[in-house]
Amino acid sequence: MSTVVLLTLTGLGLAALYFLIASGLSLVFGLAGVLNFAHGLFLSIGAYVTWSVVGSWGLLPAILLGVAAAAATGALVELVLIRPLYTRHTEQVLVTVGLSLAGVALLQSVWGADARVFPRPAWASEVIGIAGAQVPADRFLLIGAAVVVLLGLLAFLRYTRYGLIIRAGVENRAMVSALGIDVRNAFTLVFAIGGALAGLAGILGGMYFSAISPGQGASLLIFAFIVVVIGGLGSVAGAAGAAVAVGLLQQFVNYYGTAGAGDVSVVVLLAAVLLLRPTGLAGKVATA
Amino acid sequence: MTTQPSVPPAAPAAILPEAPASGSVPSRATPSPSAAGQLRRRLTPLLLLVIAASLPWSTLDIPGLFDGPLNSPGTLQLLALCLVFGGLALGYDLLFGRSGLLSFGHALYIAAGAYGVDILVSHYGWPLWRAALVTVLAAALLALLLGSVALRTSGIAFSMVTLAFAQVGHIVISRDPGGLTGGEEGLPLASAGLPGFLVGVSNTVNLYWLALAFLTVVVLVVHTVDRSPLGRTLTGLRDDERRIAVLGLSPYRLKLLVFVLAGGLAGLGGVTYALVVGGASPHVASSELTLSLIVMAVLGGAGTRWGAVFGGILYAYLDQRLARLGGTLPGPFAEPLFVLGTLFILAVYFVPGGLTGLGARLEPLRRALRPRRD
Repeated sequence: MSTVVLLTLTGLGLAALYFLIASGLSLVFGLAGVLNFAHGLFLSIGAYVTWSVVGSWGLLPAILLGVAAAAATGALVELVLIRPLYTRHTEQVLVTVGLSLAGVALLQSVWGADARVFPRPAWASEVIGIAGAQVPADRFLLIGAAVVVLLGLLAFLRYTRYGLIIRAGVENRAMVSALGIDVRNAFTLVFAIGGALAGLAGILGGMYFSAISPGQGASLLIFAFIVVVIGGLGSVAGAAGAAVAVGLLQQFVNYYGTAGAGDVSVVVLLAAVLLLRPTGLAGKVATA
Repeated sequence: MTTQPSVPPAAPAAILPEAPASGSVPSRATPSPSAAGQLRRRLTPLLLLVIAASLPWSTLDIPGLFDGPLNSPGTLQLLALCLVFGGLALGYDLLFGRSGLLSFGHALYIAAGAYGVDILVSHYGWPLWRAALVTVLAAALLALLLGSVALRTSGIAFSMVTLAFAQVGHIVISRDPGGLTGGEEGLPLASAGLPGFLVGVSNTVNLYWLALAFLTVVVLVVHTVDRSPLGRTLTGLRDDERRIAVLGLSPYRLKLLVFVLAGGLAGLGGVTYALVVGGASPHVASSELTLSLIVMAVLGGAGTRWGAVFGGILYAYLDQRLARLGGTLPGPFAEPLFVLGTLFILAVYFVPGGLTGLGARLEPLRRALRPRRD
């Protein structure tokens, strides 16, 4: 029983990370039609900026600065690189691919290729006993952050004017433009939001793995892609559901099966979902 | 027949009176390129092949480009690697540039080739030729199996499924199942199982020729496909899949066919890569390799005759050379991927047709600068 509780909470912690990355990806894809390979870069920037100022500023301001830096990077990438290629989706994907290669190399040259030990608040290193299981507290930090983000994002999308424009844009972008609303500002906004969430994911991921490395974003990104496709492109709630399914499946199968079987089973789940339901669990058609 | 002042002298019917009259339908509407131009198009690749094949006999030393003379083992190894990547990039372009299938999992079939031959030779002691044959067939079979699932989706979902499949391959290889793949360390190719002429530094020249042979095979296969009706159908598939379906062809089967073909070529490339590098490492299965194949194809000119080959050779050369020069360059320029990634982004913006398309794009400029004859 205690093993199941521990595995569940660890799986949910992983799911929280996936969700933070995938929700931004999903919004960016749903609205702007850009499959963003540079999302892993936003994640790493958030983590590294936090890491470099945490010594002098303290943890909370460092986290805020990291998130802000990642959001600024996202907005900047949209303004400078994505916007000139509007409607040319393949070129947009190619540019983000190039950016992900160059960006990781740039991070490596600034901070070195080796993993860095990432600081975490003292209480996150403690262990909490639940139903006989000894659960590290950082799991709750991740889950809590993801839940707050999920609720905040849903409220933002539902109750604000920009949220309305984004939802409408995901549904039918041409119609929103036809109504006289400049969707491109919303593009910049979702890139900034996606960047901020990815940066947060990078920081929390640094605390979870207690280390950061330039390539970390890329390996998390692939599972985030899987989550986005399973959840349905453009759907935040779908991404949340899919993240939980993927995180739990991965943890449980990795524990009870042989090493690596969990990762394989996630891909099998992806193939099954796409074959049975090409649009994902919720969201618009996954073609084009 | 005296009142024909308005007929331009270059009208095809006027200059081709001796064309075979058996077909009542005129074969082409535009005049064919001049015979000399066609001859040049045919002969230039052949000439390049002859030059490339005879390169190892040259002792030419090009100080800036290579570390040693052309026939030194180090330079030949570098050139062999460039040729392998030229072939791999062209094989990938069969999917990406020619059929419009943006696969993010091509590295899987390259890894299948590299690890397949490596495992069969090093662990099971198979003779190389049998191992290579079985490996290439296995890679094609793997492509058939996974392609039949992945191609049920299209667009971004297809990219994601192929990416995910390849990721599984990467994970399996990194985990070293049953001590087969050597995990993160990779698996060096046991030289005991190889024919003598491929072993040892002095035989690097044979590896070079092997890589050249691989590139030639890929070029022949891909260009044959280009010329065949299949090639045109694939172009149609890339430009408008619905239209191909309306014409009564099955897009799914065509795409699967080209996916398997590309998988087989990738397997062959993997075999060649393992021989040239002397083993296989998890890097060949990584998504990074697929991304770099995309970069090569786009950089050179996706979908063009020679673009991907040129892009592959250039990318592999820069990757190797920049890594060598790494320490001497300032700041981020020490990272080859930073330079290559930036170059790639610039190419996407400013050279949309790729580097081989640059000549055609500059043609109007050249014509404007050329002095008028009449």
